[in-house]
Amino acid sequence: MRGWRRRGEPPTPAITSAVAGVSAGTPILVAAVVLVVVAVVSTAVGPANLSLATVVGVLVSHVPLIHYHASASAVANAIVWEIRLPRVVLAGLVGSMLAAGGASYQGVFRNPLADPYLLGVAAGAGLGATIAIVTPRASFEWLPIAAFLGGAVAVSLTYLVGARTGQRSSGTSIVLAGVAVAALFTAVQTDLQQQHAADLQPVYSWILGSLATASWTDVRLILPYVVVSGAVLLAHRRLLDALRVGEEEASSLGVHPQRVRLVVVAAATLGTAAAVSVSGLIGFVGIIVPHLVRLTTNASYRVVLPVSMISGASFLILADLGARMLESPAEVPLGVVTAFVGGPFFIFVLRSRRSQQGVL
Amino acid sequence: MYAERAPVRRSDVAIAKSGVIPVLSRNGDAPSGDESGRLRCVDVIGPRRKDGSFRSVEWTGFRVLRVVNGEMTMRAVRSGLSALVITSMFLLASSVSGASSPPSHARSPFPVTVRSAGGSVTIVSRPTSIVSLSATATEMLYAIGAGPQVRAVDKYSNYPPGTPITNLDGFSVNAEALTKYHPDLVVVAYEPAGFMAQMAKLKIPVLYEPAAPTLAVAYHQYLGLGRATGNYARAVAEVSRLKSRIARIVRTTPHVPAGTTYYYELDPTYYSVTSHTFMGQVLGLLGLKSIADGAGVNTNGGYPQLNAEFILQANPDYIFLTDGVTPHSVAARPGWSVLSAVSHHRIVSLNADIASRWGPRIVDLLQAVANAITKFQR
Repeated sequence: MRGWRRRGEPPTPAITSAVAGVSAGTPILVAAVVLVVVAVVSTAVGPANLSLATVVGVLVSHVPLIHYHASASAVANAIVWEIRLPRVVLAGLVGSMLAAGGASYQGVFRNPLADPYLLGVAAGAGLGATIAIVTPRASFEWLPIAAFLGGAVAVSLTYLVGARTGQRSSGTSIVLAGVAVAALFTAVQTDLQQQHAADLQPVYSWILGSLATASWTDVRLILPYVVVSGAVLLAHRRLLDALRVGEEEASSLGVHPQRVRLVVVAAATLGTAAAVSVSGLIGFVGIIVPHLVRLTTNASYRVVLPVSMISGASFLILADLGARMLESPAEVPLGVVTAFVGGPFFIFVLRSRRSQQGVL
Repeated sequence: MYAERAPVRRSDVAIAKSGVIPVLSRNGDAPSGDESGRLRCVDVIGPRRKDGSFRSVEWTGFRVLRVVNGEMTMRAVRSGLSALVITSMFLLASSVSGASSPPSHARSPFPVTVRSAGGSVTIVSRPTSIVSLSATATEMLYAIGAGPQVRAVDKYSNYPPGTPITNLDGFSVNAEALTKYHPDLVVVAYEPAGFMAQMAKLKIPVLYEPAAPTLAVAYHQYLGLGRATGNYARAVAEVSRLKSRIARIVRTTPHVPAGTTYYYELDPTYYSVTSHTFMGQVLGLLGLKSIADGAGVNTNGGYPQLNAEFILQANPDYIFLTDGVTPHSVAARPGWSVLSAVSHHRIVSLNADIASRWGPRIVDLLQAVANAITKFQR
């Protein structure tokens, strides 16, 4: 990494404009402010019409060292502290992880349509979750573990198949292996789902994604994965910039593309598998957020990666607010909300890319 | 339990009058499902309140209440003819070539034309190789004494014990796989596109009896199955038996205070039912209202996914579980300890199979809920 920076000027104008003179501070600050605002609004609003004073009172009473006893009822306390706040926090973690995973995948595979599910995490996690749901006597508590294992197994398989069969210098064979593995896992999952039609509804609702049952337990479950995975990805942000010029060029800069790809994919997969294990398959976050960040700031991963992480959190917290409130007190599947925003946005990204080549 | 037979009651005649051939019946066939220009008929126990709930104030006996163009006309049950007389009138009217007749009948009622949600279907002779692809229909068939005629059932038809269970799947039917059992009648609760046409080509009559939105529709399904299988009198008796059992449960259960609510959990992600669903109406007989009504009674077809905050704030008096979740694990959910249903241990696990069907055992489910209410009201 340092070696590459010492070797002086990057070889192409595209990367020069992207990397040189970039100040990451301002976009990160703006994104952070947005996140704080979104999180505060999202915690204050919910299907249970609690007053702002009640919500603040409950929150303050849980701050350590401040011995403040809220006058709020036990119900209000349970709603804010046990239901609403963990849900906001979990949405933030999952959104952040999916956006970071998406940005990283797009970087290592140099493919603007790459999302965290590219190598089969979603199909694998879906199979794992379906197995957990249709197995008699298996309780819902096993679902996250089964989904996590399914996702990890699918991506490992993709990597093994892709790395063995493909040319060493190209990520294309891995992407294609991912398509094949995803198809295989989806086929098994679909068949299993059809065999157990009585369980169709829970399987279907898991696939659409939801944070309806979020708790601090879920937060504790995925926090280590998200932190480690996020830290590894952030540490690779400059190497991702180097990969943008092409693998041969990156090699000439002292970067080992395969090694970078393996580490980044492993980190992104681990984090994504953990995230989807508690949230279900939430689409589009990993595509929308990084592209939005690229369009509004610039294309360097030094900016794109951290800002995507923060904005991903904001985006999913906001989308989950929609899931909670649009048909309150009924839930709208979170995946429906994100895809509803994601679909039109996708078209927008594709159209603007035509005039603005080199976004990635 | 299916051998017992209730005496034919006066109230059954109202149903019996709706004969197979409209000309012969005074009312014509009552619709078993949707029919354009006609609203569904609803069985109501006791006077209907302004808010639409079916709370029973005092037991007034069974009446068929038909809603016609928004106006309710009470058809008091009139008597005169027993179900048997109607059946024999029908027998005389239809010219039947001598098929093997069941012992209870002087002459076979076949061929018979039966209406189901899939349209009219003519069954030429008494079926002896029925394939049921609906767990509810299987329970109904055995309840009306058609069990010996059943040749094969789908893999979900696990009740009553001893059903000829097969690997057939009612949700992904293969017409060719069905022919292996040489069915002379197929009953389905789900109709994949093109299935009816396929079966018509194979000349296999199909009764399509989808999920009943009301008890009244469920009762019609018994009668339709009874006609189609040559067990009409047994079907009438079974409906009568169910009605009187439900009536007795409603009569003997203590009245709950007005505004008593429940949260009915379909799955651990808080999918629930509103009071207007089949299950909501059954529980409504005991005076209970679903908290899910707050989501709008028709949200997600009456089966909305509720927000956890909302459940805590609604503070239901009872929690009914049909998803294998234990009352203990509900009490252990973060924040749920504030619910009065949790602190008063008013959490009832219900049989998931019964809860997802509209068959004869619905009475057992109602009894379980009634037992819980009786216990807690003391």
